[in-house]
Amino acid sequence: MGIVKIRNFHQAHWDEPIIFELSTPGLRGVIPPAPEEEIKNEIGDVLASVPGAIRRETPPALPELDQKSVLAHYLKLSQETLGSNICNDISEGTCTMKYNPRINEELVNLPGIAEVHPWQDEETIQGLLEIYYRFEQFLKEISGMDRFTLQPQGGAHAVFTAASIMRAYHRDRGEAGKRTEIISAAFTHPCDHASPATAGFKLIILPPGENGYPTVEAVRAAISERTAGMFITNPEDTGIYNTEIDQFVKMIHDAGGLCFYDQANANVLLGIARAREAGFDLCHFNIHKTFGTPHGCSGPGLGAMGCRDFLAKYLPYPTVEFDGAKYFLDYNRPHSIGKVRQFLGPMGVLLRAYAWIMTVGREWMKEVSEISAINHNYLQKKIQDLIPEVEVPYAKGRRRFEEARYSWNKLTEATGVGTDDILRRVGDFGIQHYWSSHHPWVVPEPMTLEPCETYRKEDLDEYALVLKKIRDEAYENPELVKNAPYKCAAHKRADEASLDDPTKWATTWKAYLKKFGKK
Amino acid sequence: MSVKRKISSHPYIPNSVPEVKAQMLQEIGIKSAEDIFGIIPDHLRFKGELNLPEAIVSEYELTKHVEELLAKNKNCKEYLNFLGGGCWQHYVPAVCKTIMERDEFLSAYVGEAFADHGKWQAQFEYASCIAELVDMDMVNTPTYDWAMACATTVRMASRITGRNQALVATSISPERLACIKNYAFSIVPDIVQVKCDPHTGLMDLEDLKAKISSKTACVYFENPNFFGVIESQAKEISRIAHENGALVSVGVDPISLGILAPPSHYGADIVCGDVQPLGIHMYAGGGLGGFIATPDEPKFVAEYPSLLFGITPTIEPGEYGFGEVLFERTSYASRDKAKDFLGTMAQLHGIVAGVYLSLMGPQGMREIGETIMYKATYASRRLGKIKGVKILFSAPHFKEFVVNFDGTGKTVKEINKALLQHKIHGGKDLSVDFPQFGQSALYCVTEIHSKKDLDYLADCLEKIVS
Repeated sequence: MGIVKIRNFHQAHWDEPIIFELSTPGLRGVIPPAPEEEIKNEIGDVLASVPGAIRRETPPALPELDQKSVLAHYLKLSQETLGSNICNDISEGTCTMKYNPRINEELVNLPGIAEVHPWQDEETIQGLLEIYYRFEQFLKEISGMDRFTLQPQGGAHAVFTAASIMRAYHRDRGEAGKRTEIISAAFTHPCDHASPATAGFKLIILPPGENGYPTVEAVRAAISERTAGMFITNPEDTGIYNTEIDQFVKMIHDAGGLCFYDQANANVLLGIARAREAGFDLCHFNIHKTFGTPHGCSGPGLGAMGCRDFLAKYLPYPTVEFDGAKYFLDYNRPHSIGKVRQFLGPMGVLLRAYAWIMTVGREWMKEVSEISAINHNYLQKKIQDLIPEVEVPYAKGRRRFEEARYSWNKLTEATGVGTDDILRRVGDFGIQHYWSSHHPWVVPEPMTLEPCETYRKEDLDEYALVLKKIRDEAYENPELVKNAPYKCAAHKRADEASLDDPTKWATTWKAYLKKFGKK
Repeated sequence: MSVKRKISSHPYIPNSVPEVKAQMLQEIGIKSAEDIFGIIPDHLRFKGELNLPEAIVSEYELTKHVEELLAKNKNCKEYLNFLGGGCWQHYVPAVCKTIMERDEFLSAYVGEAFADHGKWQAQFEYASCIAELVDMDMVNTPTYDWAMACATTVRMASRITGRNQALVATSISPERLACIKNYAFSIVPDIVQVKCDPHTGLMDLEDLKAKISSKTACVYFENPNFFGVIESQAKEISRIAHENGALVSVGVDPISLGILAPPSHYGADIVCGDVQPLGIHMYAGGGLGGFIATPDEPKFVAEYPSLLFGITPTIEPGEYGFGEVLFERTSYASRDKAKDFLGTMAQLHGIVAGVYLSLMGPQGMREIGETIMYKATYASRRLGKIKGVKILFSAPHFKEFVVNFDGTGKTVKEINKALLQHKIHGGKDLSVDFPQFGQSALYCVTEIHSKKDLDYLADCLEKIVS
């Protein structure tokens, strides 16, 4: 077994200026190619053809730096960032922060994908289309759905695509103005409420029952002739599996609605349970979570959205088809909702995920989920054994699957130290700040941890020890925790209110200089 | 495909070592993972084994497998490429690649501005660089792509004006139009296209005047437009829109802004575009990221769905910190009551675009704009001299231009098939989306094309059409 210890950590703290503060007129970072003399001679002053009103008069005030300074600046900023490939990122629960294999980064930068244009003749992108097609078959098998689109670039984007399809389905049945309501649950991800709302639906969000998900009675009471469908996760962010999910689906179907399964938490269900058996009409996977592709500071991701046959005609165009000899794109889809993004979708993410599935294969796919579940249950036991104040509300006695929504409420009541303080303090031990909960907090003083399959037992032990240490600090020296962090790249914000104040907020250096003058 | 073998654990799944797994199960107090999954009702369980390929556990074998698949693509290093239209082949500086490849940025996510301070600063600097380029004070963290960015500006304009119609230039990308129609539908169901002058390629101002009304939330056009035409009447379009109480949203190719005026200088209220030209490879259309910029006024800021990273002091004197501006707007805070939705979008590409703009600086952006203008102008003149070939649209163009082959008696499809024999990816066939322009193709020429490349294209086309 490897060593387990609480680290005497210190993150890089470069006190790095904003890049504009490093600028010196005349410095050059990179020189673009110039037009050949023959071209210049033949064309003459090319800008003379641009009407004056549309010509740039003053150059953009971009920073001017030599190449090494730009490189060094961004390397310093990278050192002030705790990527999940470096640190113990069990912290970002619901985000499935697993290892992003290095080899996939090499593969995605091969010219066979990096230097490919999506509008090339189909004959010249057979490899790309084959990867797309094969990946779609993988997802069909994993979910039991009949078709997938890989066009959406993130989970919320896939959920919006599903909402657009539901809208088209009800319109085609002559119920456009009638089916206006979507039923969902409080612990389901916010995008399952925001994306259907953006598509024009009204949301009915049901509170959790004692098992952490809505009761069958609550769902029944919410259903009416206005019900367009349901958007729900299982397990939701509590990690509790909803054993009544197929009853929910049946009730919605009986009322004429459709059911969408947000599979953001699919990491624990690979080869275990699928959307099809529960009766869902649509579902999506966050490929950048479950299938091992990097989150990229929040994108690009890939929200693969699947559906049953009767909804496939609504998928965004083009779809990728195979005639037995060659792969081709089908743009002739008159019922399609149109497009949700240009071209085919985030193909770099697709390639990485394809490589990930090929590496895991059928032999190890279920192991991914089993180890995720074992890792979670091990960590939960460690935490609760070490820290009696930590509670796991709802569904008493039931095991969580891949994550849990813990509550620090007892500790907060005893010490005044809340989850927002603790999550900052974990950074001082070389651990990414943890995810408390989406808003609104239903669980008081929440903490959500997801130790997916790529973490070692030692990582889990270390994490639990760090939480225990902070718990002890909360009693001994609450101010220490409240003012954390101390050893991260930056300190606690001094003026949260300034971010909501139009006279003080600044999202650009330009705006900052106008409001605060040059330092 | 793979060599079948038994391994003691999977390289990505450390606790799959049988001894470790057994020890963990024992500590939990269960016999197997089935004691966790057992709660799933039997009829909801997946029975049997997933029908997936056998694992290729060797990294070398995986590489060979993927290389073989990718070898079936004819990439734009092997072939000369003249396709653009929203995904463009530009030179990617080495430093951009280095930063994009850093595990710290690559594998970070939604970490707070303490341990992920560098990510927040890089994102703030990206927004700051775009702000200089478009000369506006407020810039978002990037959305998925230009299509979703422009569709978002239509929704923002509708909320600001309380109106539900958008006038959209015919000369925008058809894919972006499709996104606008679907994305804006719930609050802007009425998308009306404004004609394009068939001779100049500019917006038909009479048609604009005829269609604009008190229902119009915004006029959206692109500059340069989808056909590469520089919209020189931009100021007049803005004037007409504003006179009717509508906002002006302009989509722009950021690599043009070293030489072309930023839209804010000719009346744009909202500006959007794609960061892909700024140091990101095409990735078969995967390299996109959409930016949105507006004035720094609450009426605009309140309508962004995006995360907005603001600079703010920390408790350490003199230290820059960062946080979310007006977080309550967002769906992370307010769910169905938020301004649209947000999620995992394209932040890594934003960071890289910031690196690119810092490397290029004002001089580099001017030079690259000029180079592209020279090369594209040379190419269009050269192709225009081929018998039966003509360049549509008389107005000046940037980077892209429309080539009409009606006089050759050949279709674009036939010509492009023939070009492939010469290892050339010809321009985008416009005959389906824009039948009014006959057998026309959209050609894209950037700084990566040499005179030799352009002459080769012209020579090949000459042979093919003669």
